[in-house]
Amino acid sequence: MIGFQLTEFAQYCLIGLGNGAIYAMVGLGLVVIFRSTGLLNFSQGEIAMFSTFLVWQLHEVGLPVWLAMLGGMVLGFGFGAMLYRVAVQPAGDPHTNPLAVVIITIGLFLGVNSLAQLIWGTGDKDLEPLFGRDGFIVAGVSVDWQKIGTLAVLAFEVALLYLIFNKTKIGLAMRAVASGPESSALAGIPVTQIILIGWGVAASLGALAGTFAAPSRGLNSSLMLQVLVLSLAAITLGGFDSLVGAVVGGLIVGLATDVIPKYVGFLDKVPLAPAFAIILIVLLVKPEGLFGSKRVTRV
Amino acid sequence: MSLLEVTDLHAGYGMVNVLAGLSLTVDEGESVVILGANGAGKTTTLRAMSGMIPATGSMRFDGVEMLGRRVDRLVAAGIAHVPQGRGTLVDLTVEENLRVGAYTRHDDGVDGDINRWCEVFPRLGQRRDQAAGLMSGGEQQMLAIARAFMSRPRLVLLDEPSLGLAPLVTREVFDRVDELVKETGTAVLIVEQNANLALQFAARGYVLESGRIVIEGTADDLLADDSIRRAYLGGGA
Repeated sequence: MIGFQLTEFAQYCLIGLGNGAIYAMVGLGLVVIFRSTGLLNFSQGEIAMFSTFLVWQLHEVGLPVWLAMLGGMVLGFGFGAMLYRVAVQPAGDPHTNPLAVVIITIGLFLGVNSLAQLIWGTGDKDLEPLFGRDGFIVAGVSVDWQKIGTLAVLAFEVALLYLIFNKTKIGLAMRAVASGPESSALAGIPVTQIILIGWGVAASLGALAGTFAAPSRGLNSSLMLQVLVLSLAAITLGGFDSLVGAVVGGLIVGLATDVIPKYVGFLDKVPLAPAFAIILIVLLVKPEGLFGSKRVTRV
Repeated sequence: MSLLEVTDLHAGYGMVNVLAGLSLTVDEGESVVILGANGAGKTTTLRAMSGMIPATGSMRFDGVEMLGRRVDRLVAAGIAHVPQGRGTLVDLTVEENLRVGAYTRHDDGVDGDINRWCEVFPRLGQRRDQAAGLMSGGEQQMLAIARAFMSRPRLVLLDEPSLGLAPLVTREVFDRVDELVKETGTAVLIVEQNANLALQFAARGYVLESGRIVIEGTADDLLADDSIRRAYLGGGA
């Protein structure tokens, strides 16, 4: 093992945080669906990938990247809501039949992936980074604006989601539906509509995440395969129902997967190992995650 | 015209028919009880009325046909349903549960109503910011009733409030509902196994057997009826 260099370590950390921000963004999409339906959506990564292609397509026809991103988020919203309507809702109440719904999201994972290949082929597309390719060097560490921008957008995103969930009527309705769909319906909440909105919002967040992931990873149908695993590790660590948890978890997973293998030689060959280790340790030690709520009920 | 007119209601689960042509009415501001043994179809009646299970027949509320409407539309129209087992949203705080009850409202009186219910039920006020799932059964029943009243209903469907509660607590729940009904002029249709208590509270009652109304009358008549005393009030006591 070579000597420890601080600038090198800082550089790895920065890369880790930049990637971690993307895991956090995809994780936030998972949390949104979990908080509005109480379920894990395994197709979240693929929906994000598909929505990112929509962003790319809009950019391709001439829109500037930021406008294409917003457009892709709107189209993604429709795509996500449509998938729920067509594929998930017919399976019935997810609370009486959770396995069916989870299996369907795995089916969607495969279906959406194939659909993207069918439409856009298998080659890599180039998506321009929203904050450009420039950067600066501080204390020997090179910092690019795209990473700073990604972290800033992530902070903005989580703050906005926090406000929606905790300060708006629709956010309250989403949490109510996740907690008890039948009671929510009896209280006058249009449950199906709320779940559709949850899926739509999650897909929009996926378009956002993909727009930041694609420039460095290359836009193709496997854009989110690895990211999803790392995002699952992130929300397991942070807590499935916690927005802050997704962010903290994402950043920690980013650091763990980008920094540790640089110093522990054999991990280079198994880059996902730290993520799996995190999932395993959290499930053993603190199953509800760092920020998740422990469900306590008196009957 | 009655506030609620249910005529020839049929409903069931899958191939099993539970309700075989049930008819009843509830007047504005009236308290009505449906009595019946386990499996008579009490809960099914309320679920069918709320659109939670498919049903045929007719249910006119304020003269408008409501059967088959989505449950959230019924709430908006003025029918609130307190489900069996209370339906507490356990992950939400007490205050949030109450706020959910006001989902269909668009006026600015919601905060005022929450404060009011926290005064009416001081236990809810004390636990306002706690997760509702942590409360006792009786407290959760109070919360479920307060949540239903948050929609400012004209009719409350109350499904077996005594379930799982100690007799003293049940008594308290009934007393509070009685006060509320008198104060707000809300009509209540309650299904109960505890006939003695329910008939003291209600003005009228129906007896449900195998999905049909077999006896109906004023609460006093039903309390005096020998066959009902035998079947639902614990022998000749």
